[in-house]
Amino acid sequence: MNVIRVGMADVGTASSPDSLRTTGLGSCVGIALYDPYAKVAGLAHIMLPTATSAEEKNRAKYANTAVPMLIQMMEQIGANKRRIVAKLAGGAQMFTFAGQSDLMRIGPRNVEAVKQALSAFTIRITAEDTGGNCGRTIELSGVDGSLLIRTAKQGVTTI
Amino acid sequence: MEDIRNLGEIQLSCLREVGNIGAGHAATSLSKLLQSEIHMNVPRVCVVGFDEIADVVGGAEQVVIGIFLRVEGELPSSIFFLLHQESAKRLVSGLVGSYGSGDQEEFTEMEISALQEIGNILAGSYLSSLADFTKKDMQPTPPAISVDMAGAILSIGLIQLGPVSDYALVVDTEFRQGDLEIHGHFFLLPDPGSVNLLFESLGVASV
Repeated sequence: MNVIRVGMADVGTASSPDSLRTTGLGSCVGIALYDPYAKVAGLAHIMLPTATSAEEKNRAKYANTAVPMLIQMMEQIGANKRRIVAKLAGGAQMFTFAGQSDLMRIGPRNVEAVKQALSAFTIRITAEDTGGNCGRTIELSGVDGSLLIRTAKQGVTTI
Repeated sequence: MEDIRNLGEIQLSCLREVGNIGAGHAATSLSKLLQSEIHMNVPRVCVVGFDEIADVVGGAEQVVIGIFLRVEGELPSSIFFLLHQESAKRLVSGLVGSYGSGDQEEFTEMEISALQEIGNILAGSYLSSLADFTKKDMQPTPPAISVDMAGAILSIGLIQLGPVSDYALVVDTEFRQGDLEIHGHFFLLPDPGSVNLLFESLGVASV
């Protein structure tokens, strides 16, 4: 079994028994997609809510462009988008400032944009661990679609 | 918009000098505060992919103490002061003494506010020397602090760059306090647009 690393502003796919892992999610959101029938997993680590330019080169950076990109990549290795379900993690607010600028609210805005992008494909969110103020490292299993979440302060959970 | 991957040798050495002057002043302030000598390395200027930025402090998952400030004014930027936990403990124990609980992993409120103050002093002296040098107006926001994974902490500085780039320009200076083994990293991340303004103010060709 291999663990495939997905970087920041990056997407990746895997088939059972391999898994996908991304580290140090702060305000970024990890979008974990899984087709339980084909046992195909897809993971995106997005940084920003929406791409403003249609010519954006790195589609993996934005919620609204990463979701269709990831679905397409999963379909290429046997997934069917009607069966795909989603789990989300991240979207934290790492720092608290007196004046809440837009920059500081990026986490919740990212989560909102991911939900919108998923609903456009009628993909159901089965579980999420979003918000709060802690960083997260996540690992999506290609075997059963479980999502392992590790934090610096609150240990490990699986959703 | 500038492409920071095109930085030439002159621009790199200009940025190193900027880091040197800023960090030199910051190190002097820190020496005074701690009443002990602080050494710093020649700044490293590098253009890194978003994924690599946390490697300097041991990878995205490494738990660090991050003090973060935004710089507002004519050269908007982000500033981070990153310390490993043991270093941060040693640094504050010199300041708050018995009020801190030096042997515990958690930081007390007193220690956190001492670290915040250190961040404030470092960034304040770094910026005021930079402002003198460039004749630009720069105002730091109050420092915010977080104890967490380095990747998660630094990503807030990359959000500003995200819409225009997949790379960050980092001016990294390492501090050491001689016999106490404290090392910290001081990161300056100019916003898109600020890099060329900085060069302009110093009479160096833009990228």
